[in-house]
Parts: sequence; C-alpha cells; structure tokens
Amino acid sequence: MSHPHPTREALQQEAAVRLATLQGKALSSRDRMAIPSQDMPSQSPDARRANMGEVALGYTAEQARLEALRCLQCKNAPCIDGCPVRIDIPAFVKAMAEGRDAEAIAIIRRNSLLPSVCGRVCPQEVQCQERCTVGKVLKSVDKAVSIGRLERYAADLERESGDFRLPPVKPETGKRVAVIGSGPASITVAADVRREGHAVTLFEAFHKPGGVLIYGIPEFRLPKTIVQQEIETLQAMGVELKTNFLVGRTRKLQDLIDKDGFDAVFVGTGAGLPKFMNIEGENLVGVFSANEYLTRANLMRAYDTGRADTPIFKSRKVAVLGGGNVAMDSARMAVRLGAQEVHLVYRRTEAEMPARVEEVGHAKEEGVLFHMLQNPCRILGNDFGLVTGMECLRYTLGEPDDSGRRRPVEIPGSEFVMEVDTVIVAIGNESNPLIRQTTPGLAVNRRGNLVVAPETGKTSIDRIYAGGDIVLGAATVILAMGEGRKAAASINALLATPVA
Amino acid sequence: MHKILSKEQLSDDVFLLRVEAALIAEERQPGQFVIVQVDNQFGERIPLTIADADPREGSITLVFQTVGKTTHKLADKPVGDSIESILGPLGRPTHIERFGTVVAVGGGIGVAPLYPIVQGMKKAGNKLIVIMGARNKSLIILEDRMRALADELIVCTDDGSHGRKCLVTEPLKELCGRSPKPDLCVAIGPPIMMKFCAETTRPFALRTLVSLNTIMVDGTGMCGGCRVTVGGETKFVCVDGPEFDGHLVDFDNMMRRLRAYKTHEEAAHHQCHLDSDLSRLRKEGHS
Ligand SMILES: Cc1cc2nc3c(=O)[nH]c(=O)nc-3n(C[C@H](O)[C@H](O)[C@H](O)COP(=O)(O)OP(=O)(O)OC[C@H]3O[C@@H](n4cnc5c(N)ncnc54)[C@H](O)[C@@H]3O)c2cc1C
Ligand SMILES: Cc1cc2nc3c(=O)[nH]c(=O)nc-3n(C[C@H](O)[C@H](O)[C@H](O)COP(=O)(O)OP(=O)(O)OC[C@H]3O[C@@H](n4cnc5c(N)ncnc54)[C@H](O)[C@@H]3O)c2cc1C
Ligand code: SF4
Ligand code: SF4
Ligand code: FES
Repeated sequence: MSHPHPTREALQQEAAVRLATLQGKALSSRDRMAIPSQDMPSQSPDARRANMGEVALGYTAEQARLEALRCLQCKNAPCIDGCPVRIDIPAFVKAMAEGRDAEAIAIIRRNSLLPSVCGRVCPQEVQCQERCTVGKVLKSVDKAVSIGRLERYAADLERESGDFRLPPVKPETGKRVAVIGSGPASITVAADVRREGHAVTLFEAFHKPGGVLIYGIPEFRLPKTIVQQEIETLQAMGVELKTNFLVGRTRKLQDLIDKDGFDAVFVGTGAGLPKFMNIEGENLVGVFSANEYLTRANLMRAYDTGRADTPIFKSRKVAVLGGGNVAMDSARMAVRLGAQEVHLVYRRTEAEMPARVEEVGHAKEEGVLFHMLQNPCRILGNDFGLVTGMECLRYTLGEPDDSGRRRPVEIPGSEFVMEVDTVIVAIGNESNPLIRQTTPGLAVNRRGNLVVAPETGKTSIDRIYAGGDIVLGAATVILAMGEGRKAAASINALLATPVA
Repeated sequence: MHKILSKEQLSDDVFLLRVEAALIAEERQPGQFVIVQVDNQFGERIPLTIADADPREGSITLVFQTVGKTTHKLADKPVGDSIESILGPLGRPTHIERFGTVVAVGGGIGVAPLYPIVQGMKKAGNKLIVIMGARNKSLIILEDRMRALADELIVCTDDGSHGRKCLVTEPLKELCGRSPKPDLCVAIGPPIMMKFCAETTRPFALRTLVSLNTIMVDGTGMCGGCRVTVGGETKFVCVDGPEFDGHLVDFDNMMRRLRAYKTHEEAAHHQCHLDSDLSRLRKEGHS
C-alpha cells in the first residue's frame, strides 16, 4: 500500500470539519449518503507488527456522530433482521446521531450483554451490515453504516466513563443454577439467571474465565481487560466463580444435580477439540493446533518471554492452514512473535474464506502472505523430527458442496514443496467429548454436538440446558450469546414454576 | 488456593508434597493426574500424577522431580504456603481388575505414579511383582511403601549401589520367561525405559501398559499438544490416556516431541545422550 497510514488525529480533524458543515441542517437521504463512511483509526501496520496492543483504536466522537448520521432510519429496518439478537439498530444509531450516547447504549443493552465484545468481533459484513440499505444503494457492503463500530463506540464510552450501573438483581429465590464454561454463552446465562434472583455458580476448566474470548482471540483484537470487566460485573451481581473445575472429571454433570443440589445446569463448554488433517508428518515437532499456539500466546502469555514460564516455539517460516478467524489470529500472532515469513494456506479462494473481512485486510497489511487454492498433503521433517516443509497440492473449485461453497478439487500431479519450520493447523474445532462421555443419556448428533430443543435449549436430560458452540459447532460470539439468552429464559421459567 | 500441608525430600531432586484439594481427593482414581500452576499470571501449567490421596483429610500427594522452572518453584515452597491452581483429576483411570499376576516396573520418578496403581491392583486381589530401578541408590524412592504392598520386590541400580546392578529390563525379561508368565505388565518411567520394557515383553506377548508423560498445556483435550501416535492413530494423552498399550506407542516420535522447546542445538545434544542410552541398551541385548 502506497498511501500513508492515516493517524487517528487526521481522521478526527477531517470528521470535525465535515461535521461542522452539517451542523443544524435538516439532512435528506441524499445528504446522508454523501457522508463518506468513516475509516476505523488503527495502529500503523509497521508499529503493530511489533506489539500486542489493539489494532483498531475506535472512532473519535466526531467520527461516531458522522457515521451515525449516515443511517437513513429505514422504516422496515432490514439491519435488525441481520442481527442474531435483534438489537434495535435504527433507534440506537439515531440516539448517537443526536448525541444521546447514554441512551444509545441502553438501547443496545436491552438485547445484547456484550456490546464491547460484539462490536469488535461480530462478522458484521454478513450480519447487520450486509442488509443495510445504505450499503445496498452504494453497491458495497463496505459502505454500509458501520453498525458494529458504533456499537463498540457506545459501549467503550460507557465503560470508560465508569457510568455503568449493575443490572438489578431480584431478591434471592433460594434456587441454584450451575453454569459450565465461562465463554459468551455462559456469561449471558449467568447474568440473565442471576437477575431473577437465583444463585449462580460458574464452573470453568481453565484458571481464568472468559472462554475463547480469553484463550483464543488475541489481545490485539480484543483487549482482555474488557472480558475481565464483564466477569467482574457478574461477580458484583453475586455470581460465584469456580475456576480449575472440569465438569466430567472434577465432578460429573449429573452429580451437580444429584449430589450437589443444583436445580438446573447450563452447559456452555464450547467447541474445544482441535481438528487435524490426518496427514503424514502431522505429529512432527513444529506442528501445532491453532488452539495450542494461541493458548500458549494469549492465556499463558508466552509472548512475554521475560516473565512467562510457558515457552513458545521459535519460528522463522510459518505456514497457517485455514481461512477462518482462527487462522487469521494465528497468522497475525506469528507475525508478532517474530516470524520472518508467515504464509496463510487455504484450499479455496479468498471469496470463500469465513474470516471477518477486516481481519483479512489487517493480516495482509501486516505482511501475511496468502496462498489460495493450495493444501498440504504431507508434512516433511528431518532426522530430529523437526518440520522442514510441506508437500502441497494445487486445487481448483468444483461444484458447490452442502455448505453451499464451491468444493475444492485437487489437481493431480501439481505437487510442490513449501519450506517452513512451523505449521499451525487452523481448520476448525469440534466439540470436546468429555461431557458426553461422562454423562449417560445425554443426546448428541453425529458431529458430537449436544442436541437441544430449538425453542428452549433443553437437552435430553431434565434440568440440563445447553447452548453456544457445544450445540452449534464452532460458530460466533453473538450466536453463542443469543443461545444463552434463550436457555436462560427457559431456566428462569423452569425455576419460576413451583414444584408440583 | 491449595495449602501445602507437608513436604518431604525423598532424594536429591525428588520431593513429596501433601496439598489440600478436597474434591480431587474425593473423585480421583489410580492412574489419574492433575495440572498444577504455581501462579496464575505467568506460571506454567504442568501435569503431575496423583501419587496418593486422603479423602477424609481432603488432601492429595504429589511426588515430583525437579527438572525445570516450575518443578523448582514447587520444591522451593515451604509448608503452609499454597499453590494457586490445581485442576483434576484428569485422564482416564487405570483399568483395575483381578488379572492374576501383575508385574509393575517403575523407573526413577516413575515409581510415584506407579504407586497408586500398585495399590489398586493389590486391592483387587492381584499378585504383585514390583521392579524398581534408578541410576544409583540415592535416586530410589518410596522403597518402603512399595515393599509393604509388593509380593515380590526387585530393586536395581545402574551402578549396583543398591539391589541388583542392571537395568529394569533384565529382571523383567526373566519374569517373562517364568511359567506361568505374568498376566499384565505396567511400566512407568522415562520414555526410553518404557520403550525398552515394551520391547522386552513384546516377544512374550505380555500385555504392557505404559503411562505417557508428554508435554501438556490444558490437560482437557483442547490443545492437542500432548498428542502421540498409538497404533498409527493420533491420541491425546490427557483425555485418551495417560495409559496406553506399550506395544502400540510410537515412542521415538513421543521423545522428539518432548524436546520441542529445547533449542535445536540442545536437541542435538540430547540426541547424543539418547543414542548412547540406546547403544547401551542394545549392548545389553534388549533390542
Ligand atoms: C481464535 C478464535 C477466533 C475467533 N474469532 C471470532 C470472531 O472474530 N468473531 C466471532 O463472532 N467469533 C469468533 N470465534 C468464535 C467464538 O469465539 C465462539 O463461537 C464463542 O466463543 C463460543 O462461545 P461459547 O460460550 O459457546 O464457548 P467458549 O467461548 O468456547 O467457552 C467455553 C468454555 O468452557 C470451558 N469448558 C469446556 N469444557 C469444560 C468442562 N467440562 N468443565 C468446565 N469448563 C469447561 C472452556 O475452558 C471454555 O472456557 C473465534 C474463535 C476462536 C477460537
Ligand atoms: C500425565 C503426566 C504425569 C506426570 N507425572 C509426573 C509425576 O508424578 N512426577 C514428576 O516428577 N513428573 C511427572 N510428569 C512430568 C512433569 O510434568 C514434567 O517433569 C514437568 O512438566 C516439568 O516442568 P518444569 O517446568 O519443571 O520443567 P520445564 O522447564 O518445563 O522442562 C524441563 C525439561 O524437562 C522436559 N520436559 C518438559 N515436560 C516434560 C514432561 N512432561 N516429561 C518429561 N520431560 C519434560 C523439557 O523438555 C525440559 O528439558 C508427568 C507428566 C505427565 C504428562
Ligand atoms: S450484535 Fe453484531 S450483528 Fe448485532 S448489531 Fe451488533 S455488530 Fe451487528
Ligand atoms: S438498514 Fe442501514 S440505513 Fe437502514 S436503518 Fe438499518 S442501519 Fe440505518
Ligand atoms: S494437554 Fe491439551 S489436549 Fe492434552
């Protein structure tokens, strides 16, 4: 990229000037659409390659106002249909356009518990923003109203102002609910159930709560203090937190009800089982699952080499396999950990990559090299069992498969070798089998995900509910949250009815 | 927080800690382990076998050898101090039943994880022949406790400073030749020892369980860092194991993976040691 990276100050200046010209005017739809979509201020690629700080710095007040003014307040509000939790987008955006930021966040909070998080990590371009009229008229989803960034702005403002008030908690009911896992699904259930006055205990296998938000998504995309604050809010509401507690081993799921007397349980254990490709050489030294690589780097803070006891593999040339958010996070983490070359290898083309568009753009800016329509068939190693390269095949795209994406087809005889010393496998996660293996009677589908009633989130066992990635397979934060809401409502209904 | 109730030094570099962990003490079974983290901010998560437990007191016993940063930090903790995180019990419990005669082989620190299995096997009515080995006398641990349980105890040291002067594979081979031959072998120790125990019992078709001590991060099946090749398939030691059929484990791959975080030079250095261990074992006719 040849043009210089715009500073936050420059973007702010520009927005302030334009805002002044609009002040006091009644804006027509045409005026609104003439306002340029506001770029997200970010750290320059050169700077951020060498630090873990957040890349996207957040809108300035002027930018947020200006961006909000782009919204046409559509009567039918197609954007709301694109949001899995149906936030009243026109209403909160209008509030922001009129400078009522506190009201904006209150509107968002009616539907979403984690706006700071979702504003940052939602795949907006395939959800709310995909439907946005402005984007449709301007023929590019990139030009849609930046709903996610506005959501983030409003949430950050609330957090930073310290204005946040604890949600009210009803008087104690004496009922007890166990919530397993502490990712977005579980955080949502804990809050919603606690609000009704039930006692809630959150059980987390790791030593720190937050699920993927803590161990998977890196600091440079989602600052950990944000997640910690959400957990602290829960604790302030009276939710009890038990870390280092692996349900299925420390205590069986059914025993939480039978022995420990919980009245209901929510299982939000996520999709934590890394998939491998089952190709030759996959157990060589230097091949990692993205989960391992990111957990060492994020949760165990291995990037802080002076202080952390957990080591991380020293890499020169890294190949990351996959095209989702997990692959982007791994590749960008490898850049920050000092790899000289980072190659992203994907079987299909960029159009099929499930990663958020913004992350793909950021990865490229940071120097990650993209190799589309390729995939390794074998990992090569030396006498010490260390990775030396990958034998790859080239692909073309064939007929669509059942996911609707065109199926990659290998080109026979197209083998070539890519020299790398590290391979990070980021081709997806399945559900961890521990809970189902240790809970007789718990129904799962053929992929090992828990089967629940779609309306209630109830599993095949009474009093046990589930939601998030353990039900959906590896999905998104906002969907996990939505599932959590639904299950919490069922649990609250269950506990409200007096026992017959 | 888990309070350290008592501490014993068993040899130059082996320590025993009794720590508070009520739920784990209640649920644990032989063969299971915990993940210990000395401090949650920058500490490493390391796996240690539950060597013993007292559910009434709510305590578990850990026996460990000081090899690196975390085990040294643990060894430096005084009684009354605490360990920030202990997760467990992890792994599949040992399958215990009445097999008949069980040979249990423990090498070095491996005697500690072997102990609860021997306890369990004894309780199930098996006859137990225990072989304990170490480089020299000062490295033999838990001998009295093992003697109290074993029907027959064979101690060996590399240098002959205690018991027989031989490697553990020598008495193991003799036992395989006995008739009737033992019904099960359980071998726990350094990977190289487990490898050669498996090689020793293979020609006799004596089923041999080994307990693998791979590098781990979460211990819950989430990272795949602990994976090993068993019978051509990838297995996760923390959830599928830690015990596997020794005749099916790819020990060479496992030993390489254990050295992943040494610098490449050190790996080379280690390889020399392994090679000399190997040639020594070969010379003694076990390969
Ligand atoms: C690297 C990465 C990047 C991602 N990026 C995005 C993104 O940009 N946008 C987006 O929307 N989504 C993203 N996702 C997906 C998103 O994070 C998940 O869909 C979401 O976190 C699922 O939430 P959850 O509550 O179901 O479970 P999780 O967040 O997975 O949390 C589950 C928790 O349960 C704990 N647990 C598991 N088993 C047990 C047990 N037996 N006992 C006790 N605790 C247990 C786990 O330790 C974990 O903390 C990403 C995922 C990853 C891995
Ligand atoms: C299921 C299981 C049970 C175990 N039980 C015990 C036990 O009861 N007592 C005990 O003393 N040890 C046990 N171990 C081994 C123990 O986990 C390691 O010794 C420990 O992780 C080393 O940590 P450290 O920080 O002190 O050393 P580090 O600084 O991490 O490493 C020091 C050196 O040891 C090597 N190393 C790292 N991890 C391991 C490992 N898992 N096994 C062998 N070498 C390793 C490293 O390559 C390095 O050279 C067990 C391992 C597993 C997987
Ligand atoms: S929660 Fe996600 S999908 Fe809904 S409005 Fe916010 S960014 Fe869009
Ligand atoms: S679709 Fe776009 S323009 Fe219309 S109300 Fe929603 S955000 Fe505003
Ligand atoms: S230690 Fe992570 S999967 Fe076994």
